[in-house]
Amino acid sequence: MNKFEITNLDLYYGQLQALKDVELKIAERQITAFIGPSGCGKSTLLRTLNRMNDLVEGCRITGKVMLDGQDIYNGNLDTTMLRKRVGMVFQKPNPFPMTVYDNVAYGPRTHGVRGKAKLDDIVEQSLRDAAIWEELKDRLRKNALGLSGGQQQRLCIARALAVEPEVVLMDEPTSALDPISTSRIEDLCVTLRAKYTIIIVTHNMQQAARISDNTAFFLLGEIIEYGNTEKLFSNPRDKRTEDYITGRFG
Amino acid sequence: MRNTFEEQLRLLNQELLEMGALIEHAIQSASEALIKQDVESANSAITFDHEVDQKERDIESLCLKLLLQQQPVARDLRLISAALKMITDMERIGDQAADISGIVIYLAGKPYIKSLEHLPQMAEASIRMVSGSIDAFINKDLALARDIIAMDDVIDDLFDTIKGELITLIQTDPENGEQAIDLLMIAKYFERIGDHAQNIAEWAEFSITGVHKGTEL
Repeated sequence: MNKFEITNLDLYYGQLQALKDVELKIAERQITAFIGPSGCGKSTLLRTLNRMNDLVEGCRITGKVMLDGQDIYNGNLDTTMLRKRVGMVFQKPNPFPMTVYDNVAYGPRTHGVRGKAKLDDIVEQSLRDAAIWEELKDRLRKNALGLSGGQQQRLCIARALAVEPEVVLMDEPTSALDPISTSRIEDLCVTLRAKYTIIIVTHNMQQAARISDNTAFFLLGEIIEYGNTEKLFSNPRDKRTEDYITGRFG
Repeated sequence: MRNTFEEQLRLLNQELLEMGALIEHAIQSASEALIKQDVESANSAITFDHEVDQKERDIESLCLKLLLQQQPVARDLRLISAALKMITDMERIGDQAADISGIVIYLAGKPYIKSLEHLPQMAEASIRMVSGSIDAFINKDLALARDIIAMDDVIDDLFDTIKGELITLIQTDPENGEQAIDLLMIAKYFERIGDHAQNIAEWAEFSITGVHKGTEL
């Protein structure tokens, strides 16, 4: 079952074509990794999946991005609802300057959830799902900016999960974290796969190999190779993939 | 790019070539010892085996270091994992050359009950297979790897021929049964060397194609 089906997608920033004729099917409840050198279009494609590029001036998109069979660029889809279904976690942890509790409750409140008991439940469940409840259950009223980088990033994941998304987009979520925090987030991704479709952009080849089911290799705005992660990292079809992942260029 | 890594991979190839040369010498010495009933050559094959064991440990450490430091993927991962598997077979070949030499030393001074005929052919074929399988790996020569894999049948056929002859010999002359069994064991060791060389060629094929014995790993 495919969560996203992308066909014939071109994306321009002004005159610059950042994505060229992208064709990609992203499987539901699997982890898909986007890899490639800086500027290859992987983060651009990620942001296309919840229309974050709409905020970029001069950005023009043609082609289709189907989410559960519905084109997210053509029709009546409300972007707020889209971003509720397709959440995002960024490279640098970006908690709001408020308490741990309010960070997680922010999304549900925005979507109209009221009532302390209901919000308490959502906050606890989201923090549990993000594998950080035990560490933070006694600090819910503390300011989130006082947490360590790894805790902040898991809090951001909890905040993304609080609105019950179907897809979680992660843009280099561990590049600013130490190895222990990184492995916690990686374990978390593998656990979350049971409930969510996860798409992760990473510069860490080993991370892509460790946690993803499928990997897409991007170069100069094109998808050069896409397929089973183990296959791609042990015996890639395309020489350009081989040269990039073995560190011969890029 | 990745100059250190390239240098380490060259070193790995060099070490494998050296280990290959050692086992070829070991089989050659065992074979000469057998043909000429020469204890000195037999002893030298046994000495080679100690060097082979040391080389195996050196290459093993180098491969583990490469896995740790370089975290290889794709063709690099296949090359290093194939090397790790190959050296086990190469080490066993060294053992078998020493085992043949042990029997030759035991038989020294006793006339052979039959002309050796097929055993030297087995020795020659096994050396060709060993050197060919390692060359196929080093030079990424897929055609050669496949030729070597096919060559194992030649050695197997020679073994069957020798076995048949020795069975007949035991039936007609039970007195010489012990030496017949010794010669059969030598033939079996050569046959096993062929099997190990075939394994090496299969890992060479995997290193080049990512397919091992018809299965993509």
